[in-house]
Amino acid sequence: MKMQYFIQGGDFSAGGRASTEVKSIIKQFNISPDKIRRIAIALYEAEMNVVAHAFKGKMDVDLRPEYIRVVFLDEGPGIEDIDKAMEEGFSTASDEVRQMGFGAGMGLPNIKKNCDEMLLSSIPGKGTRLEIKVIF
Amino acid sequence: MVKMEKNLKQLVSELGLKCTAGEELLNRVPKGAYVSDLLSDVMGKAQENMLWITSQAHRNIIAVASLKELSAIIVVNGRDVEDDVLESAKTEGVVLLSSEMSSFETAGKLYCYLYEINTR
Repeated sequence: MKMQYFIQGGDFSAGGRASTEVKSIIKQFNISPDKIRRIAIALYEAEMNVVAHAFKGKMDVDLRPEYIRVVFLDEGPGIEDIDKAMEEGFSTASDEVRQMGFGAGMGLPNIKKNCDEMLLSSIPGKGTRLEIKVIF
Repeated sequence: MVKMEKNLKQLVSELGLKCTAGEELLNRVPKGAYVSDLLSDVMGKAQENMLWITSQAHRNIIAVASLKELSAIIVVNGRDVEDDVLESAKTEGVVLLSSEMSSFETAGKLYCYLYEINTR
Protein backbone atom coordinates (compact mmCIF):
# COMPACT_ATOMS: atom_id res chain seq x y z
CA MET A 1 0.00 0.00 0.00
CA LYS A 2 1.43 3.35 -1.03
CA MET A 3 0.52 6.85 0.05
CA GLN A 4 1.95 10.25 -0.71
CA TYR A 5 1.60 13.49 1.22
CA PHE A 6 2.68 17.00 0.41
CA ILE A 7 4.26 19.02 3.23
CA GLN A 8 4.34 22.82 3.06
CA GLY A 9 7.38 24.44 4.64
CA GLY A 10 6.54 26.99 7.32
CA ASP A 11 2.92 25.91 7.64
CA PHE A 12 2.81 25.05 11.34
CA SER A 13 -0.98 25.15 11.46
CA ALA A 14 -1.14 22.01 9.30
CA GLY A 15 1.85 20.48 11.06
CA GLY A 16 1.39 16.86 11.98
CA ARG A 17 -1.49 16.30 9.57
CA ALA A 18 0.32 13.76 7.39
CA SER A 19 1.67 11.71 10.30
CA THR A 20 -1.69 11.79 12.07
CA GLU A 21 -3.38 10.48 8.92
CA VAL A 22 -0.84 7.71 8.44
CA LYS A 23 -1.22 6.70 12.06
CA SER A 24 -4.98 6.35 11.73
CA ILE A 25 -4.52 4.27 8.58
CA ILE A 26 -1.94 1.86 10.01
CA LYS A 27 -4.08 1.43 13.13
CA GLN A 28 -6.53 -0.49 10.94
CA PHE A 29 -3.95 -3.19 10.35
CA ASN A 30 -2.73 -5.82 12.73
CA ILE A 31 0.33 -3.90 13.92
CA SER A 32 1.35 -3.84 17.57
CA PRO A 33 0.49 -0.62 19.46
CA ASP A 34 4.14 -0.19 20.36
CA LYS A 35 5.20 -0.23 16.70
CA ILE A 36 2.41 2.18 15.84
CA ARG A 37 3.58 4.56 18.55
CA ARG A 38 7.17 4.39 17.34
CA ILE A 39 6.15 5.01 13.74
CA ALA A 40 3.97 7.95 14.78
CA ILE A 41 6.82 9.59 16.72
CA ALA A 42 9.34 9.14 13.90
CA LEU A 43 6.95 10.42 11.23
CA TYR A 44 5.84 13.41 13.27
CA GLU A 45 9.39 14.52 13.97
CA ALA A 46 10.36 14.10 10.33
CA GLU A 47 7.27 15.95 9.13
CA MET A 48 7.92 18.84 11.52
CA ASN A 49 11.53 19.03 10.36
CA VAL A 50 10.27 19.67 6.84
CA VAL A 51 7.79 22.27 8.13
CA ALA A 52 10.40 24.00 10.29
CA HIS A 53 13.34 23.95 7.89
CA ALA A 54 12.37 23.31 4.27
CA PHE A 55 10.43 25.23 1.63
CA LYS A 56 8.39 22.21 0.70
CA GLY A 57 8.60 18.48 0.75
CA LYS A 58 6.80 15.23 0.28
CA MET A 59 6.36 12.12 2.30
CA ASP A 60 6.12 8.75 0.53
CA VAL A 61 4.77 5.87 2.54
CA ASP A 62 5.26 2.27 1.50
CA LEU A 63 3.35 -0.07 3.77
CA ARG A 64 4.04 -3.79 3.41
CA PRO A 65 3.09 -6.80 5.52
CA GLU A 66 6.67 -7.00 6.84
CA TYR A 67 7.58 -3.34 7.28
CA ILE A 68 6.78 0.30 6.70
CA ARG A 69 9.20 2.49 4.80
CA VAL A 70 8.74 6.23 4.62
CA VAL A 71 10.82 8.60 2.52
CA PHE A 72 10.85 12.36 3.15
CA LEU A 73 12.25 14.39 0.30
CA ASP A 74 12.43 18.15 0.66
CA GLU A 75 13.63 21.23 -1.11
CA GLY A 76 15.35 23.49 1.32
CA PRO A 77 18.62 24.58 2.88
CA GLY A 78 19.73 21.00 3.48
CA ILE A 79 22.00 19.94 6.34
CA GLU A 80 25.62 21.11 6.42
CA ASP A 81 26.90 18.59 8.93
CA ILE A 82 24.77 15.48 9.39
CA ASP A 83 26.79 14.11 12.34
CA LYS A 84 26.31 17.40 14.14
CA ALA A 85 22.59 17.45 13.30
CA MET A 86 22.22 13.99 14.84
CA GLU A 87 23.61 15.21 18.16
CA GLU A 88 21.03 15.67 20.88
CA GLY A 89 20.52 19.36 21.60
CA PHE A 90 21.88 20.67 18.32
CA SER A 91 19.42 22.70 16.26
CA THR A 92 19.48 25.43 13.64
CA ALA A 93 15.83 26.36 14.19
CA SER A 94 14.89 30.05 14.31
CA ASP A 95 13.92 31.79 17.56
CA GLU A 96 10.32 31.96 16.37
CA VAL A 97 10.22 28.21 15.85
CA ARG A 98 11.88 27.61 19.23
CA GLN A 99 9.27 29.72 20.97
CA MET A 100 6.66 27.29 19.76
CA GLY A 101 8.52 24.52 21.51
CA PHE A 102 10.27 23.12 18.45
CA GLY A 103 13.98 23.21 17.75
CA ALA A 104 15.11 21.47 20.92
CA GLY A 105 17.55 19.39 18.92
CA MET A 106 15.71 16.22 19.75
CA GLY A 107 13.91 15.55 16.50
CA LEU A 108 16.52 13.50 14.65
CA PRO A 109 17.62 11.59 17.78
CA ASN A 110 13.94 10.80 18.44
CA ILE A 111 13.59 9.47 14.90
CA LYS A 112 16.67 7.29 15.25
CA LYS A 113 15.43 5.85 18.55
CA ASN A 114 12.03 4.99 17.12
CA CYS A 115 12.89 3.26 13.88
CA ASP A 116 14.86 0.22 12.82
CA GLU A 117 16.67 1.80 9.89
CA MET A 118 17.35 5.44 9.20
CA LEU A 119 19.11 6.88 6.17
CA LEU A 120 19.78 10.61 6.06
CA SER A 121 21.45 12.40 3.19
CA SER A 122 21.54 16.00 2.12
CA ILE A 123 22.91 18.41 -0.41
CA PRO A 124 23.37 21.79 1.28
CA GLY A 125 21.45 24.45 -0.59
CA LYS A 126 19.28 21.87 -2.33
CA GLY A 127 17.48 19.67 0.13
CA THR A 128 17.35 16.63 2.33
CA ARG A 129 16.30 13.02 1.97
CA LEU A 130 15.35 10.95 4.97
CA GLU A 131 14.38 7.31 4.82
CA ILE A 132 12.83 5.59 7.81
CA LYS A 133 12.01 1.91 8.12
CA VAL A 134 10.19 0.08 10.89
CA ILE A 135 10.06 -3.70 10.67
CA PHE A 136 6.96 -5.44 12.03
CA MET B 1 3.67 4.53 44.29
CA VAL B 2 -0.03 4.51 45.05
CA LYS B 3 -2.18 3.22 42.25
CA MET B 4 -4.19 5.89 40.62
CA GLU B 5 -7.80 5.35 39.71
CA LYS B 6 -9.15 8.83 39.51
CA ASN B 7 -10.59 10.03 36.28
CA LEU B 8 -10.24 13.42 34.64
CA LYS B 9 -13.62 14.57 35.86
CA GLN B 10 -12.60 14.13 39.50
CA LEU B 11 -9.27 15.75 38.82
CA VAL B 12 -10.86 18.78 37.17
CA SER B 13 -13.07 19.44 40.16
CA GLU B 14 -10.39 18.68 42.76
CA LEU B 15 -7.74 20.92 41.19
CA GLY B 16 -10.14 23.64 40.08
CA LEU B 17 -9.37 23.19 36.38
CA LYS B 18 -11.61 24.09 33.48
CA CYS B 19 -12.36 21.74 30.62
CA THR B 20 -12.23 23.65 27.33
CA ALA B 21 -12.47 20.70 24.93
CA GLY B 22 -13.40 17.04 25.18
CA GLU B 23 -15.96 17.24 28.00
CA GLU B 24 -17.40 13.87 26.94
CA LEU B 25 -14.00 12.19 27.40
CA LEU B 26 -13.50 13.07 31.06
CA ASN B 27 -13.99 9.47 32.14
CA ARG B 28 -10.40 8.81 31.05
CA VAL B 29 -8.09 7.69 33.81
CA PRO B 30 -4.70 9.41 33.54
CA LYS B 31 -1.49 7.52 34.28
CA GLY B 32 0.94 10.06 35.60
CA ALA B 33 1.96 13.30 33.97
CA TYR B 34 4.75 15.01 32.07
CA VAL B 35 5.71 18.68 32.26
CA SER B 36 7.37 20.27 29.24
CA ASP B 37 7.10 23.10 26.76
CA LEU B 38 9.29 21.33 24.24
CA LEU B 39 7.25 19.32 21.78
CA SER B 40 10.01 16.88 20.85
CA ASP B 41 10.66 16.26 24.52
CA VAL B 42 7.03 15.23 24.95
CA MET B 43 7.17 13.15 21.77
CA GLY B 44 10.21 11.35 23.10
CA LYS B 45 9.49 10.99 26.80
CA ALA B 46 5.78 11.16 27.57
CA GLN B 47 3.92 7.88 27.81
CA GLU B 48 0.47 6.91 26.63
CA ASN B 49 -2.39 8.05 28.92
CA MET B 50 -0.27 10.65 30.67
CA LEU B 51 -1.39 14.18 31.37
CA TRP B 52 0.72 16.85 29.71
CA ILE B 53 1.28 20.11 31.56
CA THR B 54 2.44 22.94 29.29
CA SER B 55 2.32 26.66 28.68
CA GLN B 56 2.19 26.11 24.92
CA ALA B 57 -1.28 26.80 23.57
CA HIS B 58 -0.87 26.68 19.79
CA ARG B 59 -2.35 24.15 17.45
CA ASN B 60 0.62 21.78 17.31
CA ILE B 61 0.05 20.57 20.87
CA ILE B 62 -3.07 18.79 19.59
CA ALA B 63 -1.14 16.67 17.08
CA VAL B 64 1.39 15.74 19.75
CA ALA B 65 -1.30 14.73 22.26
CA SER B 66 -3.19 12.79 19.61
CA LEU B 67 -0.14 10.93 18.27
CA LYS B 68 1.08 10.07 21.76
CA GLU B 69 -2.45 9.17 22.93
CA LEU B 70 -2.16 11.37 25.98
CA SER B 71 -4.98 11.53 28.48
CA ALA B 72 -5.29 15.32 28.41
CA ILE B 73 -3.34 18.55 27.99
CA ILE B 74 -3.34 21.01 30.88
CA VAL B 75 -2.58 24.49 29.58
CA VAL B 76 -1.25 26.56 32.49
CA ASN B 77 -1.28 30.22 33.56
CA GLY B 78 -4.86 30.55 32.32
CA ARG B 79 -3.54 31.02 28.80
CA ASP B 80 -6.12 31.60 26.13
CA VAL B 81 -6.54 28.80 23.65
CA GLU B 82 -7.65 29.95 20.21
CA ASP B 83 -10.87 28.64 18.69
CA ASP B 84 -9.08 26.75 15.89
CA VAL B 85 -7.06 24.86 18.52
CA LEU B 86 -10.25 23.94 20.40
CA GLU B 87 -11.84 22.78 17.15
CA SER B 88 -8.81 20.69 16.31
CA ALA B 89 -8.87 19.14 19.81
CA LYS B 90 -12.52 18.14 19.37
CA THR B 91 -11.83 16.58 15.98
CA GLU B 92 -8.83 14.63 17.25
CA GLY B 93 -10.42 13.48 20.51
CA VAL B 94 -7.97 15.46 22.63
CA VAL B 95 -9.03 16.70 26.06
CA LEU B 96 -7.96 20.27 26.82
CA LEU B 97 -7.92 21.48 30.40
CA SER B 98 -7.07 24.95 31.57
CA SER B 99 -5.28 25.79 34.82
CA GLU B 100 -5.05 29.28 36.32
CA MET B 101 -1.93 28.15 38.18
CA SER B 102 1.66 28.03 36.93
CA SER B 103 3.30 24.83 35.72
CA PHE B 104 5.02 24.43 39.10
CA GLU B 105 1.83 24.76 41.13
CA THR B 106 -0.23 22.69 38.74
CA ALA B 107 2.33 19.88 38.73
CA GLY B 108 2.77 20.05 42.51
CA LYS B 109 -0.94 19.85 43.24
CA LEU B 110 -1.41 17.15 40.63
CA TYR B 111 1.41 15.07 42.06
CA CYS B 112 -0.07 15.23 45.55
CA TYR B 113 -3.50 14.43 44.21
CA LEU B 114 -2.50 11.52 41.99
CA TYR B 115 -0.26 9.93 44.57
CA GLU B 116 -2.58 10.70 47.46
CA ILE B 117 -0.13 12.75 49.45
CA ASN B 118 -1.97 14.73 52.09
CA THR B 119 -0.79 18.33 52.15
CA ARG B 120 -3.53 19.64 54.35
